[in-house]
Amino acid sequence: MEEIIKEAVIGEQEEYIINMGPQHPSTHGVLRLVVSLKGEIVKNVQPHIGYIHRGIEKMCESITYPQIIHLTDRMDYLSASINNEGVCLAVEKALEVDIPDRIKVIRTIVSELTRIQSHQLFWASYGMDMGGQTCFFYGLRDREMILDIFEETMGGRMLVSYNCPGGLMYDIHPNFQNRVKAFLKYFRKVLPEYDAILTGNVIFKSRTIDVGKLSLEDAISYGVTGPSGRASGFSCDIRKHDPYSAYDRVKFNEVLYSEGDTYHRYCARIEEMRESMNIIDQLIDNIPEGPYAVKLKPVIKLPEGEYFQRVETARGELDVFVVSDGNKNPYRVKFRTPSFVNLGVLNHITKDFKIADLIAIAGSLDLVIPDIDR
Amino acid sequence: MQFESIASLFSAFKEPWWKVFYDFSILTRGVDVWLRNLMSPTWTVVTEMIIIGIVFLLFYAVIGLFLVYAERKVCAFIQNRLGPNRIGPFGIFQTIADLVKLLFKELIVIKNADKFLFNLAPYIVIIVNFMVLAALPFAKGLHAIDFNIGIFYILAVSAMGVVGILLAGWSSNNKYSLIGAMRSGAQIVSYELSVGLSLMVIVILAGSMQLSVIVEAQRTGWFIFKGHISAVIAFVIYLIAGTAETNRGPFDMSEAESELTAGYHTEYSGIRFAFFYLAEFINMFVVASIAATLFLGGWMPFHVGNWEGFNHVMDFIPPVVWFFGKTFMVIWIIMLFKWTFPRLRIDQLLTLEWKYLLPINLVNVLLMAFLVLMGWHF
Repeated sequence: MEEIIKEAVIGEQEEYIINMGPQHPSTHGVLRLVVSLKGEIVKNVQPHIGYIHRGIEKMCESITYPQIIHLTDRMDYLSASINNEGVCLAVEKALEVDIPDRIKVIRTIVSELTRIQSHQLFWASYGMDMGGQTCFFYGLRDREMILDIFEETMGGRMLVSYNCPGGLMYDIHPNFQNRVKAFLKYFRKVLPEYDAILTGNVIFKSRTIDVGKLSLEDAISYGVTGPSGRASGFSCDIRKHDPYSAYDRVKFNEVLYSEGDTYHRYCARIEEMRESMNIIDQLIDNIPEGPYAVKLKPVIKLPEGEYFQRVETARGELDVFVVSDGNKNPYRVKFRTPSFVNLGVLNHITKDFKIADLIAIAGSLDLVIPDIDR
Repeated sequence: MQFESIASLFSAFKEPWWKVFYDFSILTRGVDVWLRNLMSPTWTVVTEMIIIGIVFLLFYAVIGLFLVYAERKVCAFIQNRLGPNRIGPFGIFQTIADLVKLLFKELIVIKNADKFLFNLAPYIVIIVNFMVLAALPFAKGLHAIDFNIGIFYILAVSAMGVVGILLAGWSSNNKYSLIGAMRSGAQIVSYELSVGLSLMVIVILAGSMQLSVIVEAQRTGWFIFKGHISAVIAFVIYLIAGTAETNRGPFDMSEAESELTAGYHTEYSGIRFAFFYLAEFINMFVVASIAATLFLGGWMPFHVGNWEGFNHVMDFIPPVVWFFGKTFMVIWIIMLFKWTFPRLRIDQLLTLEWKYLLPINLVNVLLMAFLVLMGWHF
């Protein structure tokens, strides 16, 4: 018994154990990685999670459906409105409400804006992980523009809680369309700057290409979704395969690579920003007229049964599974959050790389810690 | 007696006072004569040493504070920010405020740290810095010690800085610190070769290791122009290796805050941390000033062939301004490295040194020897 404990705690004798986190500059939150090193080489990575566990799923069981929306903001705070959308779609599916086109289009635009700002922050913090601190300021500078648009329409900047069952909280601001168009025009010009300062850099390329390779088989068996999965060639874009909101009426490409290394996980996100801009381009001038919300009963009660909805957040597939017993609060809610599943592959792809690569790989999975812990 | 000696100090200024800026030996000789009249030769030497020490202390502090401020402004300039702008005009007193804050902070010594080595490490780094500064020719006559093996001395002494870093990492009893220190050791020991060899190129060209002789040899033209392509290659390699030696820019493996939090000085607080921080900046100054002295003509003004008028105008700018101008230009380049490049990995860093820079350097030394032998340089 003692030996087992000893082995579990200190590992092999020659191995050098480092606790990365819960407070560490590059884990972007309270993720703790217990790393076994042999010199500089990473032998084993054990993620310890739960430092920011709030029991969101359990809390959902005691509150009403419109209230759940505000909790989902706090899971993946960088794709807050996409999380909201998942729950709203599940509730609307259960109630069999017909959602007007205006709501669908606005939801799609907001989702794509959210995706862009999430990837901007990814780019910013990834640059910083790699030691290029200037990236952080460039990324945040551009992200600020989207947050300002959000603030004007929704009141909130990050945790917007914009969607609600049956539609939207408020109608869009009269400036919304103009400002989004202005942003797209600006960002199209700025995106090549991102490539110039980081993507094309020799040091950056040599640090990321062929580092942390994830094969297609492993991506599927580990369930790695989102840009991280698509970089390995796993076609998993919910927007394509199971379109919701207005995604069935827009043309866009699913960004797919076959290499599956850190560099292509990074590139997938940069390309996705371009695709998102294309989607918004197609929709922003064609927002149909109509109500911004469908009137539902004041107390929403879902009919007894199980309801399931998947949406594509900036990190991958978010599944919302609601079991209702006919009451005003759900019997059980389960979120399949993308970051939690993507974290699982970390140990597999960092083995035998260096500490610096561990940071690069963990950064390229774009983990959001509250999304892991819920 | 007293009045006489003070008069003798002023009598040294036979020329107008502003001539001092063109030749500092007027001042230094004046002080020397004054002191010799005042006391015995032994005490004169002791007093002069103390004066030089105090001057260097002040210089060290001022240049350190200025460089910290400059770095923050340069970084802000690149990152679309304003940088420090609250304390004093354009925030120039910000670093002084920071220093005061650091002075008042508690010096934390963590449990199980090797207390003696832990306390010793920052001073080693600082002392090494001072020793290098002594050998630099700042301007005509402004040169503490003019060794006949000046470059050799600078290389030997600056390599000792790694001892302080290794001690800091080892004695901190922190795993991140140890990794940072070990990285730094490997890095500095490797890049010392490149620095040495690229300086040897200039030594071959100048035919001397004495810094004053090297500067004097550049009266007719800076070595980077005189030495053909070979000197340019040496300059580029020196910049890369020098940046690596100071643990800065894309080579800040030993600190790598995204990997090792702060590397070897993670556990240091207060003024001890400030020592490491200052030492890093003074190191950068030393590297830049050696580059300026050996490649860019030191305090020699910029002259173009037969342009008499132009050369005359250039001569009007005092040597001190030339020296610091060149040095800060090199510092500016080194700062740009840091704020635009991502960090290398430790194995890539060593690959760069041993597989690319060192072979190029060895060939370059031969090339320069050949050029000098054939008399093909200007």
